[in-house]
Amino acid sequence: MGDLTGALTLAIAAAAVAVGVFGLRRFNVWRPDLGTSADQASFETLHLASLAAPSLRGGLTQAGTSRAIKPLRTLLGSTAVAITDGQRLLAWDGEGQDELGEHAVAHAQSVMDSGRSQVLDGLGVGDHPAGEPIREVVVTPLVSGTTVIGTLAAYVSSSSAGLIRAVDEVGSWVSGQLELAELDATRTRVAEAEVRALRAQISPHFIYNSLNAIASFVRTDPDRARELLLEFADFTRYTFRRSGDFTTLADELRAINGYLLLERARFGERLNVTLRVAPEVLAVSMPFLCLQPLVENAVRHGLETKDGQGTVTILAEDAGAHCLISVEDDGVGMAPERVREALSGEPGSDHVGLGNVDERLRTIFGDEYGLTVATAPGAGTKVSFNVPKFQPGVHA
Amino acid sequence: MSQGYGIAAISIVVALTAIIGAFGLRISRTTSDFYVASRTVSPLWNASAIGGEYLSAASFLGVAGLILAYGADLLWLPVGFTGGYLIMLVLVAAPLRRSGAYTLPDFTELRLNSTRLRALASVLVVGICWLYLMPQFQGAGLTLRTVTGAPLWAGELIVAIVVVTTVAAGGMRSITFVQAFQYWLKVTAILLPAAFLFLSWHADDSPSLTRDSLPRFAVATTVTAPEDLQIRVTQPVVPRVTGVVDGLRYVGGVAPLAPGPHTVAEGTRLDFPAGAPVPVEENLPAATDEAWAQPLSGGREHSLYTTYSLIIATMLGTMGLPHILVRFYTNPDGGAARRTTLAVLALLGVFYLGPTLFGALGRIYAPDLLLTGRVDSVVLELPSRMVGGTGGDLLSALVTAGAFAAFLSTAAGLTMSAAAVLSQDVFRSRDVRTFQLAAVPATLIPFLFALIAGGIAVGDAVSLAFAVAASTFCPLLVLGVWWRRLSTVGAAAGMVVGGASAGAAVLATIIGGPYQGWTGALLAQPAAITVPAAFLVMIGVSLLTPRHVPSNIHRIMVRLHVPEGLGQEAGDFSR
Repeated sequence: MGDLTGALTLAIAAAAVAVGVFGLRRFNVWRPDLGTSADQASFETLHLASLAAPSLRGGLTQAGTSRAIKPLRTLLGSTAVAITDGQRLLAWDGEGQDELGEHAVAHAQSVMDSGRSQVLDGLGVGDHPAGEPIREVVVTPLVSGTTVIGTLAAYVSSSSAGLIRAVDEVGSWVSGQLELAELDATRTRVAEAEVRALRAQISPHFIYNSLNAIASFVRTDPDRARELLLEFADFTRYTFRRSGDFTTLADELRAINGYLLLERARFGERLNVTLRVAPEVLAVSMPFLCLQPLVENAVRHGLETKDGQGTVTILAEDAGAHCLISVEDDGVGMAPERVREALSGEPGSDHVGLGNVDERLRTIFGDEYGLTVATAPGAGTKVSFNVPKFQPGVHA
Repeated sequence: MSQGYGIAAISIVVALTAIIGAFGLRISRTTSDFYVASRTVSPLWNASAIGGEYLSAASFLGVAGLILAYGADLLWLPVGFTGGYLIMLVLVAAPLRRSGAYTLPDFTELRLNSTRLRALASVLVVGICWLYLMPQFQGAGLTLRTVTGAPLWAGELIVAIVVVTTVAAGGMRSITFVQAFQYWLKVTAILLPAAFLFLSWHADDSPSLTRDSLPRFAVATTVTAPEDLQIRVTQPVVPRVTGVVDGLRYVGGVAPLAPGPHTVAEGTRLDFPAGAPVPVEENLPAATDEAWAQPLSGGREHSLYTTYSLIIATMLGTMGLPHILVRFYTNPDGGAARRTTLAVLALLGVFYLGPTLFGALGRIYAPDLLLTGRVDSVVLELPSRMVGGTGGDLLSALVTAGAFAAFLSTAAGLTMSAAAVLSQDVFRSRDVRTFQLAAVPATLIPFLFALIAGGIAVGDAVSLAFAVAASTFCPLLVLGVWWRRLSTVGAAAGMVVGGASAGAAVLATIIGGPYQGWTGALLAQPAAITVPAAFLVMIGVSLLTPRHVPSNIHRIMVRLHVPEGLGQEAGDFSR
């Protein structure tokens, strides 16, 4: 038993070490590094730049610049470094903030106006026993596009041509990062606008058909007409709501119920609906109106063109960290190339819903979360997709 | 106990689990009615499911064994197991549900806005799952040994294989109603026999549990040493012996055992007369029944410290158990999460009456387990000893089935959690095959742990997992929910300090333990040191690094704390 314990301990220790090394490499914590001293110096520079980059990618903000400024000062080797946006001091690192901090904006002023680097001298501040007093400042503009949006200033006791060059270079590198930040922000805005544009496309056919169906009951069955009108009001309120881009599966199902009641008014007993929903996934957050278009599609393309009874099956299954949702009809089906057209959102395709939902799912969750369509002419259609139970930023 | 019934019970449970795992139990809620389809799970069902997943080998076997050996102090174990839900109810249940997080790494990423911290949380989740799986395997091993006499590793291997197969085959795990059924099966399997035992004790003129004497054999008893035993005699006793005691061979002769340590060779038969005081295995305390029933005198070293440490570990560790949190996702909102937690408190409270009764009655009716040191099997042994006949056999079979169901359901839930994290965060794949493969390391490591850690009682082993959970996720969750100045650096530092210190103590106990004296107490019950340490580090480092507080903290706090349905602006997908 003693031997066995020893051997097992050894095995577990070995496994733990292997897992540890794997994990460290995985998360880039440990990598053997080699190289000459020149290599080392450029590695050092690149490393400092990489430390500053993520904070700058949030744009020219107080929080971001105050995180980035320390590596920038190390990079420049100056007594102090300041970043302003022309109106106020955003971040200061190093000596002399008490004396010079309030003047930083004034130092930046002419650079803001001219857009060219400048050296100011005769500051004469700071009698720190350890360091030399600050006498000069090299100020360089931070540019986005063609606009000067701020300044980077290096405070030193005496400037050299090398330092001026370095400040220039660092300034243009920071400008590059800030432009990327702007690009990020633009991209986010575009994606948001895209989702806003894509969301909630209530189909005009549906409005038209519903109102016609309701109208047909007004004389013969006024109570039914009233009920349907209320359902219609509820459904449109859901589709036109303003707050939030996300909903829960439970709410989406409720809306689909209203939608189907209206469709039943038209199809009568021809339309059967079967649901199998795992109660565990009712709370899953999903993009607003991404299931209803699939149901509408199943009703329209599965049943409208077909004689006799039709069944739409809605499934929502629990699959660990995911929820698997599918909508199936036993209608006329489609040719695969029609599906491809619909998914790519080509104009002229009357499966507007599919392409729209597919695109929104991919934008929000990532490309592996698009729609899967299984169909063939005469064999019905099954559209399914996956929703992760948790995704940062997705919350009903 | 009759072998036949026991083996039949185990086979049925294993077969059912395998079948459900392989084919998936589709309790199909097929309907054409939207109101039926979108009906949420009621808090009581949800609470039952949590109970089903939570009640493990430690609850089913370990609690009774530890109470039998150590008495009143260990009542804190079931109290802590249950009380953890009270802490959860008050501090984290509703905000956690409102966060929308499905797993602990999800919450970490959401609250601190950092994928690196998510990675750290994932590592801890896997570690806690492994530690918690170990006692499940141990419990399975000793159940099979009690029933069939098979060696410990055989049962451990069987459960490991069944669990890997079930999980890899897809698993029934997340179906609430199956888990809820598991709870009711376990409650029946422990409370029904307990009721019979209680009646039997009553019919026996209710012998006192608090006599001022050592435990005594109620009737003439034959004990066969299952392995080489080191025992301690406090009052002289004269058994008839067939075999080897203290190196001397006896063939049915009397062997007077004087107070002091003695050795009994494997296979030796000891015949004790009725009323003889019971010698105890050397690691267990030889306390009088009166002392056993008193707090802090039951005979563990440094019992005041270990008791507090145990309370801290169990009460604060519950919220950090990976397989429990995922159940809360089924609640529709924060309010339902609170109601569910409240129901869990009641359900667990009812369940733990059973093991406590088993432990106490074992003191009278199965004191020889103190001699062999196999106190963990008291739940399995007691029904056949006290009731006897076919009735006793059937009750034993019921208990055995319940115990096996307990290991399988808890072990499968834990393996699922560990495999999910391994496949998603370590192997970086959403592929089903990766998930299935990840089930193998998820099970293999704790199986090896279980082989090594033979000497640790099941109930103690599970408290190790609680200690690690309490030292890492408890500070993260409590501070994350209630303190807006928590920074990413602070959270990471606290989790690393808590996880490393508690983890080191736990591994030392598993691999080298049990230790004696203060070392042993600190290593086996590290929570009283490591939990405050983790809290202090997390708070201190956060205060020192105010720049690393997530920038969207106010938005997150609103999401965690504002009740649903107030129409607050919901999150949008970009930040």
